[in-house]
Amino acid sequence: MESYDIVIVGGGPAGLAAALAAKKKGVRSILILERDRELGGILNQCIHNGFGLHTFQEELTGPEYAARFAAQVKQEGIAFLLNTMVMDISPDQVVTAMNSEEGLFQISAKAVILAMGCRERPRGALNIPGYRPAGIFSAGTAQRLVNIEGYLPGREVVILGSGDIGLIMARRMTLEGAKVKVVAELLPYSGGLKRNIVQCLNDYGIPLKLSHTVVDIQGKERVTGVTLAKVDENRNPIPGTEETYACDTLLLSCGLVPENELSKGIGVLMNPVTLGPVVNESFQTSVEGVFACGNVLHVHDLVDFVSQEAASAGESAAEYVLGGCSLKKEGPNFQVKAQGGVRYTVPSSIRYDGKRQQQTIRFRVGDVYKNHFISVYLNGRRLIHKKRQIMAPGEMEELNFDLNWISDCPGGGEIRITLEEA
Amino acid sequence: MKYDVIIIGAGVVGCAVARELSRYPLKIGVLEKEEDVCCGTSKANSGIVHAGFDAESGTLKAKLNVEGNRMMEELSKELDFPFYRNGSLVLCFHKEDEPKLKKLLQRGQANGVEGLELLGKEELQKHEPMVSDEAVAALYAPTGGIVCPFGMTIALAENAYQNGVEFFFDQTVTKIEKTGQNDGMGRYRITAGGESFAADYVINAAGVYADVFHNMVSEEKIHITPRRGAYCLLDKSRPGLVGHTVFQLPGAYGKGVLVTPTVHGNLMVGPTALDVEDKEGNNTTGAELKELIQKAKRSVPGLPMNQVITSFAGLRAHEDGGEFIIGEVSDAKGFLDCAGIESPGLTSAPAIGKMVAGLVADQLQLVEREDFVPERKGILNPAGMEEQDRIRLIQEQPAYGTIVCRCEMITEGEIIDAINRPLGAKSLDGVKRRTRAGMGRCQSGFCSPRVMEILSRERKIPMEDVTKSGGTSRIIQGRNKDRL
Repeated sequence: MESYDIVIVGGGPAGLAAALAAKKKGVRSILILERDRELGGILNQCIHNGFGLHTFQEELTGPEYAARFAAQVKQEGIAFLLNTMVMDISPDQVVTAMNSEEGLFQISAKAVILAMGCRERPRGALNIPGYRPAGIFSAGTAQRLVNIEGYLPGREVVILGSGDIGLIMARRMTLEGAKVKVVAELLPYSGGLKRNIVQCLNDYGIPLKLSHTVVDIQGKERVTGVTLAKVDENRNPIPGTEETYACDTLLLSCGLVPENELSKGIGVLMNPVTLGPVVNESFQTSVEGVFACGNVLHVHDLVDFVSQEAASAGESAAEYVLGGCSLKKEGPNFQVKAQGGVRYTVPSSIRYDGKRQQQTIRFRVGDVYKNHFISVYLNGRRLIHKKRQIMAPGEMEELNFDLNWISDCPGGGEIRITLEEA
Repeated sequence: MKYDVIIIGAGVVGCAVARELSRYPLKIGVLEKEEDVCCGTSKANSGIVHAGFDAESGTLKAKLNVEGNRMMEELSKELDFPFYRNGSLVLCFHKEDEPKLKKLLQRGQANGVEGLELLGKEELQKHEPMVSDEAVAALYAPTGGIVCPFGMTIALAENAYQNGVEFFFDQTVTKIEKTGQNDGMGRYRITAGGESFAADYVINAAGVYADVFHNMVSEEKIHITPRRGAYCLLDKSRPGLVGHTVFQLPGAYGKGVLVTPTVHGNLMVGPTALDVEDKEGNNTTGAELKELIQKAKRSVPGLPMNQVITSFAGLRAHEDGGEFIIGEVSDAKGFLDCAGIESPGLTSAPAIGKMVAGLVADQLQLVEREDFVPERKGILNPAGMEEQDRIRLIQEQPAYGTIVCRCEMITEGEIIDAINRPLGAKSLDGVKRRTRAGMGRCQSGFCSPRVMEILSRERKIPMEDVTKSGGTSRIIQGRNKDRL
């Protein structure tokens, strides 16, 4: 059996950044396993710009951003296999993978980094009624067809869901010659970034209907129409508000789900809110030597943050490997609790070993909050009380927690993050 | 074209009849209006192999159900399709309904169902821990089972084809005329898709359309109502949540719905029952889905409905008389009905096939062919292979090393086989029904562009002509900027 110090599952932005960071820390033996035909993951189909403002201080397209990382990976001589599917990972880090050249094979690893990304929620998950003709696509599938293959999935389009991919696809379909008639959003607010609403809908005069959903899909072979209705505060359609749009295509952008079937197979503890693994400050899961980062951990809005997070995970995995398969962390442990409008936090716990000064804590809120404070309590003592004009579920929040604060809590305890009214 | 037998409809009944008739030296054609087999009632049902306690004793439904159930195991081995005898439970929620449960038991026994047993609350909980606390008793039928309805129908069709049956797709029958001739040139002339077929025997296995064809040749009219049933399919991620097929005893709140594992390890709930006018009206509605979920939770309150990956509806062919209509039509010699085949139609199909083939063979005094091949081999399932065999397979055929559908772990090799085998897949849905590619939790989000590419390459058609399910169901509508 071949063996590597670190095996990284997924060659998207998370996997690539993790690999580079681990290499930089001095790990020589790293292997990236990628199921698609090239490195870069879903970025390869994100041909719009807006990537890399934080990482490279310039606006790149998705493929450009991916190419920079992929080029570095190649330059560093980090090994990778393409068209390779990981079938299973055992709790003692034996990775079973398959491709058409090597067949079915096993690799042992000292550390595994999970970086499989996420998938889109399908129609069924939303239980959208109606017929089941051709012409119903998840936005990402349509994006692949248009941006990678050059095919137009439809000419007259209704989009359900104002997540970023939905908004981006509204603009893309328009630019490629389709007519996007409306974007409907079940919630009273958009799930996408503000800039995307402006640049992808407003600039093209595409209406956004908040608190609306699809109540019927017509067409037996190909979509011929979609009926929208307004929903009440419990998200139930209000009879009498139905409006039918003639169209040949319905795109769904209704949320992303971390793709954790492999993680569950290893037996790592899962967070029921993020649907990703529970991790500590080192991005280590509940199984020693198994790390997670990027969208498999929790769904991000900006790839720059994926890269940052993945680099931290890669560094931790390197420390683990170089430390003789141990993070050698000693010190008080703190549980990080999400409360009062904060849906979850990453990480879920922080062990303080005195070596680092800062810890980034990422979280999302569950609703739109205006003029609220983000408050952080350490064992009941409020340490941070920071006012934010607006917070929305569509935008990930980030806190820099000064670890010096917890240096005087030798017994560990609890860090609680909550929203408080002004 | 002259045939000894023309079968209308390539659903499970038509294919079962075709397969049984192919034992005899006959020229047989199957006319199907869709692009593939298993596209109507057969593709959207519960996939249940009923034990046989439901139907009134003495009816064809009762007889053929029990017979079909008994045939299923051997048939599944001969034809290599998934079948599993998981046993079924009928839940009783009210003490005062227990006599009804007992009646069901007696009816089952009268029908010849073996092993039926009444379970008290405690035993029931032991058998199926996730069922509702409110269930006070249950009828347990160990012979109940589950089958893959696509797998079964496709297997029957492929085996029929192997034995010489011809299939004609995209051929909607528009006219059936009695020729009045009995000279071997065909008692019937059938017009389908602009072509004319002559046949001495016509088997009407047209599902919800069976009344239309029956009424073309007979003065004794029948009437079929499409009875719609909606289903939800749940992800595989919680195996073992429910092991048996769990029915509800019909009560004050209607007929109830079932909760069942599928042969592939998903959970399925359904069906609702709503009579509709449209014979193609297999859409779902918000109201039906809501009703379905409510009813299903009555049996299994802990159903993880947030793991629904798809919902769909099928149409049962309900004849006004409520009974299967099988056999020669009294005023149309050589025209045999398989009409009103609603539940337990899937279970009964093998027995219906045998019965109808027997009727024809008896009339013509036919002897079975010696060269009939009863076995058919399905598409390879690499996931079920020993590791060494799988490694060897990939060495010989590298396409079996490339995963195309990552949710169901389906390889390119399986998809190529599905397309290129006899009666192979022509569309995304055809590939899906044969291999499960696209049937998993992402519902073809990732694999559909890849499967389209493989379909285009293997069938030598442009990408633009790849369809979801034939006809005008093209997936893509053009090229970027082609109309700018």
